[in-house]
Amino acid sequence: MGNIVQASYIVSAILFIMGLKMLSSPVTARRGNLLAGLGMILAILFTFLIPGMKHQLLMIMVIAVGTVIGWVSAKKVPLTDMPQMVALFNGMGGGAAAVISYLELSRGEVVSGLRLLAISGGLIGSISFSGSIGAFMKLQGLMKDRPITYPLQQPFHALLLLLTLVFGYLVLIQSAPSPHAALNIVTLFFAFPLLLGYFFTLPIGGADMPVIIALFNALTGLAVGFDGFAIGNQAMMVSGTIVGASGSFLTYLMAKAMNRSIQNVLFGAFGKVREQGVAKDMKPRDVEDAAIMIGFARKVIVVPGYGLAVAQAQHKLREFMNVLEDKGVEVKFAIHPVAGRMPGHMNVLLAEANIPYDKLHDLEEINSEFQTTDVALIVGANDVVNPAAETETTSPIYGMPILKAYQSKNVLVIKRGRGKGFAGIENDLFFMDQTYMLFGDAQDMLGKLVQALKKI
Amino acid sequence: MSEIWVALYIFMLSGFTGFEVVSRVPVILHTPLMSGTNFIHGIVLVGAMVVMGRAETTTELVIGALGVLLGALNVVGGFAVTDRMLEMFKKGK
Repeated sequence: MGNIVQASYIVSAILFIMGLKMLSSPVTARRGNLLAGLGMILAILFTFLIPGMKHQLLMIMVIAVGTVIGWVSAKKVPLTDMPQMVALFNGMGGGAAAVISYLELSRGEVVSGLRLLAISGGLIGSISFSGSIGAFMKLQGLMKDRPITYPLQQPFHALLLLLTLVFGYLVLIQSAPSPHAALNIVTLFFAFPLLLGYFFTLPIGGADMPVIIALFNALTGLAVGFDGFAIGNQAMMVSGTIVGASGSFLTYLMAKAMNRSIQNVLFGAFGKVREQGVAKDMKPRDVEDAAIMIGFARKVIVVPGYGLAVAQAQHKLREFMNVLEDKGVEVKFAIHPVAGRMPGHMNVLLAEANIPYDKLHDLEEINSEFQTTDVALIVGANDVVNPAAETETTSPIYGMPILKAYQSKNVLVIKRGRGKGFAGIENDLFFMDQTYMLFGDAQDMLGKLVQALKKI
Repeated sequence: MSEIWVALYIFMLSGFTGFEVVSRVPVILHTPLMSGTNFIHGIVLVGAMVVMGRAETTTELVIGALGVLLGALNVVGGFAVTDRMLEMFKKGK
């Protein structure tokens, strides 16, 4: 490989690392991404200069097609659907890593040490590919986002893993004496991790998806790193390994923010749900009554959740805030670390609606304020305000930090129906004496509240 | 022999760098940062280009082109998604 290509790879690695560092602060984050983008363009352009590269014209055309599709789909999708787009594009990367391994292995020239790396890269890349597609389908609503379980599920996964490893070993020892036989074993080998990734994602519930996507992201990074070592490409070695490490750490941080252990997420505890009988019933309330309750309050704390994101109600929420502030009501927003579908997702959505940053408060800041709050308005949030996390030791969410909305004098809940949250458990908050329900779509209901408030 | 050791050093140092750059990230940036790392492993495109550039048969060429397509989607989609998320952080105070 030419020296000039190597030099460009070093520069791009530096740009990636600096870009990632800048991505860790809100002030520099966007420039960080642009810097990494510069590194990427550099690495791609100089790769064309590698001596003996064939099919360059076709390559440019394929890249152009991918660029147009990737750009248009990423720009057109609403912000609420961002998590599944991350999953989808991550899957593409895993697939590309699998393709590299597949071609290297079926060519059969690779020496055994590097062959092991190519096998590992292919295995991990395939799992990440099909698993990410599964996660995308769940979040996009193409598949039920509740955990899908069936008898002997874990043994079935174990069998798939075993077959993957057995065939991986066969590929390793078969250093291609006859090219056709080798090709077949290689093809068979790839079938098993592809199946494994998909089936592995099925029993994982919607609430745990961010952690799983983060995990698949780390896995793709690792696969890219392994493939880099296998084909001797320094840019891939360095960047892939960095993403593998930082992605693993992010997975851990996200699981911690949700108070879930990685093990719990992977081997499903949310699937098994205890039914509990609650004698009381939810108390619906008219929009007009609710508007009076809010309009004459001194202090209102809004707790937005995934229901707000689904209903695209962030702009209506801003309007709601403006009307209340005109009336001299103090409005604050309580953002749970995992509100929305991913950590930080809710901040992005509210920022899109121009709700000022200094009104958004995180858990530690706001929890002491609920006691002095007249109305806590829950908009499409559920598990993050469930007091069971503090009191019920048997609850699957026990120990998760929650917003203490139950301490406020009145609680209003905008909710689509009587269903349960992602964790699939009842929420005692909805049955408490000071709690009233506003059943309906978040956007629609906030609109009605704004109208009613203007008449007061 | 020495090449293996160099490779191990690259692996170790890159790993530590990865941990280090994300070690003090606020919760609100978890998702954008994950999206950013998702973009960076799009470097896999470079590898896909290398194997496609070596293709001898039509089958290899087609599979290689598929790899390049997937890699390009990862790069461009990953970048655009991250940029859209971060666009939101410039407003407000």
